[in-house]
Amino acid sequence: MRPDRVAVLAFAVWLTASLAHATPTIISQEKSLYRVIIIYEENGLRCMKFGTHDNGRQSCMTIADPDRLVFNLPKMIMGALYLKPNPGRILVIGLGGGTVVDVLQKLLPGSQVDAVELDPAVIRVAKKYFAFIPAPGTNLYAEDGRVFVKHLLKKKIKYDLIILDAFDHISVPEHMTTREYLKELANLLEHDGVLAANTFSSGMLHAAESATYFATFGAYYNLKIHNRVILAKMDGIPDQVTIQRNADRLESAFQRFGTGKEWLLPLFDTNPTWPAGTRLLTDQYSPANLLNGR
Amino acid sequence: MAKQKWLIYLITWWSGYFVMALELLGGRALSPFFGTGIYVWGAIITLFMLSLSLGYLLGGHFSARQPSLRKLSVILLAATVAATPCASWATPILERVFDTLPDPRYGALASSILLFFLPITISGAISPYAIRLLVDGQGTSGKVAGMVFFISTFGSTAGTLLTSFYLVLIFELDQLFYGMMSISILVTVAALLIGSVSREAVPHAA
Repeated sequence: MRPDRVAVLAFAVWLTASLAHATPTIISQEKSLYRVIIIYEENGLRCMKFGTHDNGRQSCMTIADPDRLVFNLPKMIMGALYLKPNPGRILVIGLGGGTVVDVLQKLLPGSQVDAVELDPAVIRVAKKYFAFIPAPGTNLYAEDGRVFVKHLLKKKIKYDLIILDAFDHISVPEHMTTREYLKELANLLEHDGVLAANTFSSGMLHAAESATYFATFGAYYNLKIHNRVILAKMDGIPDQVTIQRNADRLESAFQRFGTGKEWLLPLFDTNPTWPAGTRLLTDQYSPANLLNGR
Repeated sequence: MAKQKWLIYLITWWSGYFVMALELLGGRALSPFFGTGIYVWGAIITLFMLSLSLGYLLGGHFSARQPSLRKLSVILLAATVAATPCASWATPILERVFDTLPDPRYGALASSILLFFLPITISGAISPYAIRLLVDGQGTSGKVAGMVFFISTFGSTAGTLLTSFYLVLIFELDQLFYGMMSISILVTVAALLIGSVSREAVPHAA
């Protein structure tokens, strides 16, 4: 065979293989009350996204190693354990693929985890496609995250750790960004309880959220890459020495999930900035979706 | 007569604006207590539709009894006064309902009734009343009704767009409630003044 034909053939084989490798395979598409939930597989990952035109992924799992975390966000949320390594009672607001709850169940098998998710279809999908099996100490609820918290306050239940992960990049539940809501979360926390919140990392919403969290909790750790996770503690954030000590204790356990102190500790920043005069988000003023992207 | 006609249209336009802005802000006021789920909007829209339908009925009924611009102004003022709980007592009312009704669907519906039933029912009376004032002969009734519906719905369009796109970026919820109530009072006063200056020129309904 002539060399040029061999080259063309080789290129065709490579192109076909590349396209086959890169093309996502949709394995489920479910229309829920709130969105279209699409489950697809690509490059050895199984992912969830909302909407056919949405390029953002809500959750991904490595098919061959489900424990290994794919995204930075859940790894950053795990940093909350550096502030309080043994939370006995945990509230997770926003389930997604169940990644965070799954990690907590495995890391802290004695803990009680309450998880609330607005969309019942997301809970079904997490169980069906993301190997999410609630542990005996895990309770799942399908309810609005703000309404659920108000009911918990009436029951006077307290938590050691609250994880607020109810947002995605295209839709922000505005009533869950306000200072009043953060105060409600603070009232649910033990005196040394920790809040880990997935928030926005740029633009006017980033500034407004930064100012609102600071007004409610005081100083916090600001972990930021593309996502931003705020870590606050009711009795004040511990110093770096304590963080380092807790990181050392948890290091071997964290390795199972593909993260550890070498990656996490450099992210612990205590000096987030926002423009002077930034308006706080309140129940009276909460145009979070309009501020997002400005 | 021309001034009064314009005032009647202004009241109709503003009433349309007021109703839709109140509906949007109502969703925002209810969300901390009952969420933003489809059932919350279902409760709000149900209540607004029911209130408007009753308002149309009442407005038509009242318009048969010596209608006047002055009385139309009083209807607008009554809707404004009835909206006072939205601006002044929304939080204690919502807290009480939340404590009483744990199911957010019925909580949202009960809250909508308590906050919005009166102002929206009274606002609903404005359009049929305005039609009665403006109709000067059987042959024009359809044309006048079409114009009133157009202006009222155009006001609703403005109230929806301005509130949701721009005003919530600038003002707080209560500021918007009080601002709208202030504008309602200004429109009422203007209509009452002009209505009293030239009452003889008001179109009469036999």
